[in-house]
Amino acid sequence: MDATMLPEVTAAGVIVKAVIILAVIAAIAGFGTYIERKILAFMQRRLGPTHVGPFGLLQLAADGIKLFTKEDIIPQHANKFIFAIAPVITAATAFIALAAVPVFPDFTIWEWVPFLGGVFVPSIAADINVGILFVLGMMASGLYGPLLAGMAQANKWGIIGSARTAIQFLSYEVVTGLSILAPIMIVGSLSFVDFNNYQTDGLWMVVYQPVAFILFIIAGFAETNRTPFDLLEHEAEIISGYVTEYSGMRWGLFFIGEYANMITIGIIASVVFLGGYNDFWFIPAWIMIILKIAFSFFFMLWVRASWPHVRPDQLMWLCWKVLMPLAVINILITGLVIMI
Amino acid sequence: MSLEQFKDRNVGTQNYVKLDLEHTPTEGWCKFKQVVKRTFQPELFQGLGVTLREMINALFRNKMHTTKYPFEKLPISPRYRAVHDMLRLMESGNYRCIGCGLCEKICISDCIAMETKYDENQRKEVSEYTINFGRCIFCGYCAEVCPELAIVHGGRFENASEQRAGFSLFEDMLTPMDQLNQQQEYAGFGAISPNADENIKSTPLAY
Ligand code: SF4
Ligand code: SF4
Repeated sequence: MDATMLPEVTAAGVIVKAVIILAVIAAIAGFGTYIERKILAFMQRRLGPTHVGPFGLLQLAADGIKLFTKEDIIPQHANKFIFAIAPVITAATAFIALAAVPVFPDFTIWEWVPFLGGVFVPSIAADINVGILFVLGMMASGLYGPLLAGMAQANKWGIIGSARTAIQFLSYEVVTGLSILAPIMIVGSLSFVDFNNYQTDGLWMVVYQPVAFILFIIAGFAETNRTPFDLLEHEAEIISGYVTEYSGMRWGLFFIGEYANMITIGIIASVVFLGGYNDFWFIPAWIMIILKIAFSFFFMLWVRASWPHVRPDQLMWLCWKVLMPLAVINILITGLVIMI
Repeated sequence: MSLEQFKDRNVGTQNYVKLDLEHTPTEGWCKFKQVVKRTFQPELFQGLGVTLREMINALFRNKMHTTKYPFEKLPISPRYRAVHDMLRLMESGNYRCIGCGLCEKICISDCIAMETKYDENQRKEVSEYTINFGRCIFCGYCAEVCPELAIVHGGRFENASEQRAGFSLFEDMLTPMDQLNQQQEYAGFGAISPNADENIKSTPLAY
């Protein structure tokens, strides 16, 4: 795929793309809660939601109605402004991160569509050449949501939750950066398109960089605060951590942000390590990318059903004493191999 | 599920297996070795395998654990003490209760209310009999004291109601006439034990 042959990207195209991302990812994030409940239930030999609609599919709508109609409570001694804005930070950064990620293949809107006919919609809303840096930065700043939310709500569980957010942030961020540095060195670019093109003909990046892949997956779990590292809101220990005092749609925004982040991590892992959106054997590219993202989503649920979670100090120990040295060694070896 | 599981009350005779766990390492180097071992052993993946196996069991091998409760019910132990039943005599279809009043007397929460009178044959007849299930604590004393095995505990455990107190009348608890042939002899609380005959000893008459 040669970049120069593509039609010009117009503002209209980007706006259409943004709306598509927002609508589709928000819908998938909502649907993800259903999938999560079903898969977790099956793994524990339960049925999961079954009563609302066929196979419980309309549970989604029921939950949505419930979230929207719940009373929006702001605790008395909370810092109201920060309390109100924190969930927006989480959700917004999650979606902004998706702006620089290739989500669907590019297409041109049919000519007969009024107003927008013939507009070219790119696969990446903002094809900046430091895409990876942007996405990782955006996702990292998303943790300001839990941090501020926990501190603003005048609740001890919230405070513990935000303290844990800080610990988590300090732990995994170094591993994410260092682990993805090795593939970046090989490709020599920070753009997702270059990563994708690099793997069009050759092997998947995971073959060259298995260690980096594993480290990135581990850090990704911490980044999306999924189960082995879901310290922020671990219900069994700290009620709900940073979301203890939240209700209704504000709570829902945290949720949507978390699921959007899961999808983003899935996309990054697929594009950087698992061959991106290229044809594989006889399977067309768009099915491949959906399969990869779906599998990484499933893997996160699978892990949640299987593994216990670690303590905050264990996470910090793991990240700084085990994973970071491994990442550095990996970078060293990669560098040596590239030099030779 | 068989009833045997419910009946086995000898806790400790079941098959418990003691896990063979290693000692938790205390020194840094040992801890590090443990982490390395756990990283490269397929331990974590065994965990993943277990959950996947259970998912396949549940979905394709028909081993789903869920009982869709209001639609399906699990069998309960015959010793379970739920809402009472009043039994009938199999031969004549008469109710067994002889109106002796022992259950009313022994009820510790005072929730049985009964009235008796003589019928035309000078036989005692129960004219009123109610149990206030808002008060009943399902202790089973009434079933145990009843000389005729007339009042027993049934298996109807769904007691939720819209009012605080639910009363059951004699007719509600009595085995319906048309279901007399389905009436089961009560095996639970206060019933005669299966080996009752062996336990009977002849009264020593001579001193
Ligand atoms: S079960 Fe106990 S409380 Fe209930 S009616 Fe019988 S004796 Fe009274
Ligand atoms: S103890 Fe038995 S026989 Fe006597 S009144 Fe109560 S139910 Fe009837």
